[in-house]
Amino acid sequence: MARTVPALIVGLLVVAAGIGLVTLRVNPYLYFAGYVILQYVVIATAWNILGGYAGYVNFGTPAFFAMGAYTSVFLIQSTRAPLPVLILAGGLVSALLGLGIGYLTLRLRGVFFSIATLALSIVLQTMIMNWEYVGGSRGLSVIRPSGPPFGNYVMFLFTVMVTLAVIAVVTARFIERSWVGRGLAALRDNEEAAECMGVPTLRLKLFATTISGFLLGVAGAPFPYYVTFVEPNSAFNLDYAVNALAMPMIGGTTSWVGPVIGAVLLGSAQQLATVTISSEMNLFIVGIVLVAFVVLAPEGLLGLVRRLRGR
Amino acid sequence: MAGALLEVQGIVKRFGGFTALNGVTLHVKAGERFGLIGPNGSGKTTLINCISGALAGYAGRIVFDGGDITTLPAHRRTRLGIVRSFQIPKPFTSMTLQENLDIPLEYAARERSRDAAADAAAILDSIGLGAKAHLKPAGLTQIEMRKLELARALAARPKLLISDEAMAGLSSAEVDDILAILFRLNEQGITIIMIEHIMRAVMRFCERIAVLDAGQLIAEGTPEEIVRNHAVEKAYLGE
Repeated sequence: MARTVPALIVGLLVVAAGIGLVTLRVNPYLYFAGYVILQYVVIATAWNILGGYAGYVNFGTPAFFAMGAYTSVFLIQSTRAPLPVLILAGGLVSALLGLGIGYLTLRLRGVFFSIATLALSIVLQTMIMNWEYVGGSRGLSVIRPSGPPFGNYVMFLFTVMVTLAVIAVVTARFIERSWVGRGLAALRDNEEAAECMGVPTLRLKLFATTISGFLLGVAGAPFPYYVTFVEPNSAFNLDYAVNALAMPMIGGTTSWVGPVIGAVLLGSAQQLATVTISSEMNLFIVGIVLVAFVVLAPEGLLGLVRRLRGR
Repeated sequence: MAGALLEVQGIVKRFGGFTALNGVTLHVKAGERFGLIGPNGSGKTTLINCISGALAGYAGRIVFDGGDITTLPAHRRTRLGIVRSFQIPKPFTSMTLQENLDIPLEYAARERSRDAAADAAAILDSIGLGAKAHLKPAGLTQIEMRKLELARALAARPKLLISDEAMAGLSSAEVDDILAILFRLNEQGITIIMIEHIMRAVMRFCERIAVLDAGQLIAEGTPEEIVRNHAVEKAYLGE
């Protein structure tokens, strides 16, 4: 508990730095790109709570992200709810979805769980495609609210995402160091042994899937205002599934730092490639880097550093 | 039954069309050294899985320490004091031995982390793994792995310890080593159910033995009675 306070202070400083960055008014594209990188910090961190801590590999990240985004679209269409409400609602809807896949873990483990989550994403995408109210397969233009509190709207969304990233990382760090994190690590190593050692595995798994789902939904909720045009293929993009998995793997899955490092490195590389080479290079880069890491440093950068130090 | 720590009443467990346990009833007294033997596939491990809660969906009733635990999940039974070791050791591979013990200390025995560190060290010392407390299980030998299984079970503060073939594949001296540990635990008041194929160990250790064959209890008694039992001989050797 004593170490949580400094972490919170560091978190607040990061948020303050983000707001400070906005006042600098550098090239507006940087905020645009920075938003995406920060969004991936949230996604990778959220994914890692389930995939890294508990060892359940979720291929359905697009489903959770898109549920957040489409909850926003629905609320914008129906009530023009303010952004904080959208974020909270998007998070809650995805948390509910997370609770649902949590019960899947009763019967499905390993690769079968992963396949089920991927299927979930496809099913939900099909449903959204056939729901005209939120744009169906054609998509829907979203008009941003006029007059953001400061700067232009992208700058505003950038600071919102800084805040969300800090919340996600602080949450993950707290879970990792609490009794919940230790229990999740035990069930990742051996679920049967963990249960027989007194760990309430089902409850912990439900907790992990719900929190992970909540944060993924939170990451997706501001998405409609960011892109201003939402359609199923971009909201349910497979890139989210691949990146959510690749980023923690590259950074290291056993610590909260891993996904942050992975998201910043890979996210930046992708943004750079999009501008300098082509937008299609994104997944190519991810693929190469991921293969390299799986072969050369299966425990990510953190594991690599630990190994080099150990020698 | 008076004085019984564990009562198993009419357990029936089916896997599809196969009946693994067909109405098994037995009781284990507090402080007893109880043996469970039987040929391969006779249902010993299935029975243990029902008692520890790893398997659900069986008919019958299980009473532990005066309370009905038939419907409780495994982790709740562990907290009540039914702790098992696994036939094939299942250590937490990403953790050191010390951390392996911290999990049951924290989750089953509900000890605060500060006491837990000292207690984990004490348990590892008592079982002869103290020097390796900060290593990961990957580097352990077979017997050390078995000892870790026992140490981790002890950290859950059991009233009833179920030792599932803790000695399979060990040398004669190593078997004596494990037996000595189990005798010592029993002296400290822990009731022990031993499942074992090594008859030398079972006969020496157990006060009472139950024999399973094809999902049914075919004999129960002292080691001497079991050795002389015709049905047991038939189950193991055929007519």
